[in-house]
Amino acid sequence: MSLPANPVIRLQGIHTRYGQHWVHQDLQLDVQRGDLLALVGGSGAGKTTLLRQMIGLQKPDSGIVELFGEALMAGSRAERFARRRRAGVLFQQGALFSALSVFDNIAFPLREFGGLLEDEIRALVLSRLDMVELKPQHAVLMPAQLSGGMVKRVALARALALEPELLLLDEPTAGLDPERSGRFVDLIRSLHDGLGLTVVFVTHDLDTLSALANRVAVLAEHRILALGSLDEVHAVDHPFINKFFRYRQTVDEAGEPGL
Amino acid sequence: MKRHARAQALLKAPPPSLQRQGQRVVLAGDWSLFALRPRLLWTRAQLRLQGRGAEEWDLTGVSRLDAFGALLVLRCWAGREPATLVIDERQRAAFERIRASAAAVLPTVRRDWLLPVRWLGQTLCSAGSHVRDFADMLGMVVLEAMRFAIEPRSIPFKEFSAALYKAGMQALPISALVGFLIGVVLSYLSALQLRNFGAEALIINILGIGIIRELGPVLVSILVAGRSGSAITAQLGVMRVTEEIDALSAMGVSRYQRLVWPKVLALAIAMPLLVAWTSAAALAGGMVCADVLLDIEWAYFASALPNVVPIQNLYIGLAKGGAFGVTIALIACHFGLRVKPNTESLSANTTASVVTAITAVILLDAIFAMLTRGIGVPLR
Ligand SMILES: Nc1ncnc2c1ncn2[C@@H]1O[C@H](COP(=O)(O)OP(=O)(O)OP(=O)(O)O)[C@@H](O)[C@H]1O
Ligand SMILES: [Mg+2]
Repeated sequence: MSLPANPVIRLQGIHTRYGQHWVHQDLQLDVQRGDLLALVGGSGAGKTTLLRQMIGLQKPDSGIVELFGEALMAGSRAERFARRRRAGVLFQQGALFSALSVFDNIAFPLREFGGLLEDEIRALVLSRLDMVELKPQHAVLMPAQLSGGMVKRVALARALALEPELLLLDEPTAGLDPERSGRFVDLIRSLHDGLGLTVVFVTHDLDTLSALANRVAVLAEHRILALGSLDEVHAVDHPFINKFFRYRQTVDEAGEPGL
Repeated sequence: MKRHARAQALLKAPPPSLQRQGQRVVLAGDWSLFALRPRLLWTRAQLRLQGRGAEEWDLTGVSRLDAFGALLVLRCWAGREPATLVIDERQRAAFERIRASAAAVLPTVRRDWLLPVRWLGQTLCSAGSHVRDFADMLGMVVLEAMRFAIEPRSIPFKEFSAALYKAGMQALPISALVGFLIGVVLSYLSALQLRNFGAEALIINILGIGIIRELGPVLVSILVAGRSGSAITAQLGVMRVTEEIDALSAMGVSRYQRLVWPKVLALAIAMPLLVAWTSAAALAGGMVCADVLLDIEWAYFASALPNVVPIQNLYIGLAKGGAFGVTIALIACHFGLRVKPNTESLSANTTASVVTAITAVILLDAIFAMLTRGIGVPLR
């Protein structure tokens, strides 16, 4: 399989540590255009940290991070910000602006982007709300008035506001009911088909993983342990991978009535 | 891989364009928000000029159409679909995503003619709720104190000592500096006047009574309200935002015992000490200035001070310090616990806390002045 040469994200030789505690050691990862890359790994393995490094919220102790084929910090201030704007991010905790209503939270990136008329912004915001299955009346609520899953969905709507070419999603389906996470997968798939998005998402949910990902990266032992299609990763024989992917199978096999 | 190939093709898509051929409008290129942004004005104008009344739209040349591109086209149609529309499945999906929202309206808030009345009522109610919450907290603090007497184990010593360190110990340098400088300034200004009347020795009376009885406590209160009061409000407020206070309640720990009490007690103890410390610094500043300007030796100053300033003044100053400290802590906690879980409310309450604390201190000071008007002022 020959992959296109210029990856959307290139991580090379990433080393990260907090105090004495190593999170990444010599980590390599390329994300290709059009990927639906699932990043999986145990809790505390450093997935969130890696996502933050991809868009420059955090700097690795050493190593190279390239976004859209350019070094993260290359170019003038305007160029750096423009590069970031091409990526939409869903934070693990939502990170909604608590002083702004749901509507204004989603409209924020659109207004910052500039050039859009207010009623266009309104239509776009409402369509994003519709995408994540929220009603127009939810638009006037404040973040503190939302349930946990709704926070997640509003945050997702905000990440999608500009329909950016790169989406970074930190546990997008955590806190959603199974039906909603199924429809979320459909939504991301249709956006991906229509717009050629590149999506990197962290998940612990094997259903989402198998339904959405076309590539899987396993982060364990401070590096990317395996990278490839789900089947390729399945085939790798490593204690962590065995546990992570086979856990469900054993549960399914044992999970007869009575449990 | 098909997906990657398509993604690559999209990358090289030409910019958006529009052509009118008779009744036909042909769109081509990349109709996505990022591609449209640099030529937004032009595209809007083109759509308005060329798109008007066209019966046939051909979008087969469009490589990418996102919701914004679809929205622009939809707005050009103004609710009337063209007779012929050539689009593929992906583009139809983009139109479907935006079509319902383009027409939808936000639930609007009706104009409310009773607004002034409502505003008045809300203001009064909120004033009432302040009084109620404050009384509530005061009562709980007293009850907790009684519980401590029965059950000494529940006294939060650690929190108390941390609060004492932060509010007292760490305030020492800044309060000494401010006190010293105020002392110098006060002494300098008084010395200029007193020299005119040849009453240089009176500077000891003026500085002594003024600083020990009045300036020391008020000065420290203002410093502490700004320093510790705002810190307490912000801390409790953030704990409210991050639901830590709810977590405490869920574990069956009283917020008044764990959060309010240590701070009130810490300020009640730290403030008199700070008042003594700051007054001493201010007097030192005054002494230095008097020595330089009026040739009153500092040793004479120090020995004359107890004779001209009755000791009651010191007691009043320290008592005021304690009372002001309790007031500041209670007000700071009150506003901290009222923070709503958003950043706006946090900043509003922190501001309100400091302003209210300083105002309350000055009011209290006036009351103190009335109640103690016969004490410690030598009338000859
Ligand atoms: N600011 C920080 N200071 C110190 N250590 C940190 C910091 N942020 C993260 N860590 C540590 O780095 C490690 C990786 O954290 P990270 O948040 O990336 O994990 P994660 O893979 O996203 O886990 P989860 O699946 O639970 O979200 C953890 O062990 C964590 O304790
Ligand atoms: Mg994480």
